[in-house]
Amino acid sequence: MLNYIWGIMILLAVVVASFTGKMPDITNSALESAQDAVALCVKMTGIVAMWTGLMKIAEKAGLVEALSKKLSPVMKFLFPDLHSGSKAAKHISTNFIANILGIGWAATPAGLKAMEELQKTNPDKTTASRNMCMFLIINMSSLQIVSVNIVAYRAQYNSVNPSEIIGPGLVTTLVSTLTAVIAAKIFEKVRFK
Amino acid sequence: MKFMLLISELIIPLSFVGIIGYGYIKKVNVYEEFIEGAKDGFKTVIGIMPTLIGLMVGVGMLRASGFLDLLANFLSPLTDLISFPKEAVALTLMRLVSSSASTGLLIDIFKTYGPDSFIGRFVSIMMSCTETILYTMSVYFMSVKITKTKYTLAGALISNFAGIIAALWITRALFG
Repeated sequence: MLNYIWGIMILLAVVVASFTGKMPDITNSALESAQDAVALCVKMTGIVAMWTGLMKIAEKAGLVEALSKKLSPVMKFLFPDLHSGSKAAKHISTNFIANILGIGWAATPAGLKAMEELQKTNPDKTTASRNMCMFLIINMSSLQIVSVNIVAYRAQYNSVNPSEIIGPGLVTTLVSTLTAVIAAKIFEKVRFK
Repeated sequence: MKFMLLISELIIPLSFVGIIGYGYIKKVNVYEEFIEGAKDGFKTVIGIMPTLIGLMVGVGMLRASGFLDLLANFLSPLTDLISFPKEAVALTLMRLVSSSASTGLLIDIFKTYGPDSFIGRFVSIMMSCTETILYTMSVYFMSVKITKTKYTLAGALISNFAGIIAALWITRALFG
């Protein structure tokens, strides 16, 4: 995907600049942006490392497992036909909790295992099952409580209060996730009873 | 509405207290694990650096060429109709496709308008409640070779759309 997006961006920039007469500007901007990218990474490393360090403690203390267990009533509502002790249910709740906490390195492997388990009981191996649709729609509704990368970028560009967007971000995340659940439930009833 | 800003103030200190406290209860060597995790954070950032260089160069050139302004002005009759900030259209669309390309556009907005401008705050909140749907879907479905995805895309688009509207509404209410 990026093979096209990236190439098109640059080609488009050069073509547009040849009409607007901004060739020197794009040259300067290319050089400047390359330097900016490294400066940004160096500075944001501090904030990101602080946060992943904290999340490592959470992970080692077993917070993901502990919270995953608390999720079982929610899981029953979302996946009524999935047995609560099943591997699929465990992987899905781990994926949800890891996503909520923003532990990306634990979320994706659990999510892929969940898909593998769901596929085992899927009657049609080329068509997504109801549980797969529910799982992915929620997964893609954005679950993360603290978007620490966004805070880091804001800090780098001299925001007076980089973290002020966390609370609003949390509320909007709730909106998108609740909408995801409602939408998936409606789709289940309407088209695929 | 102000409770949201209170959450913003409290969540980082509370996370520290909660997680370190929980770590002590579970007898974890909290400082050693913190150091381990911080190392992982380093690796993650170093890992995304080349991608970020490529995409920030691409976005920077697009900005300097005047294309992003042309695009925003071209779309403005449409975005004005639904009172959506025209400067955020490219980022909002790219958000669905690629995480790194949208990061490039996000940083461009911070550089051009500032993170504390209306548009800067809106995109910060919007980025927190949306996901790279197309990328995520292809990774998960491809891993089990599923080609018919039924209503997954529709459901995900509806939920992300709701997030974008909520972000716009909350930004107006809090900072408008």
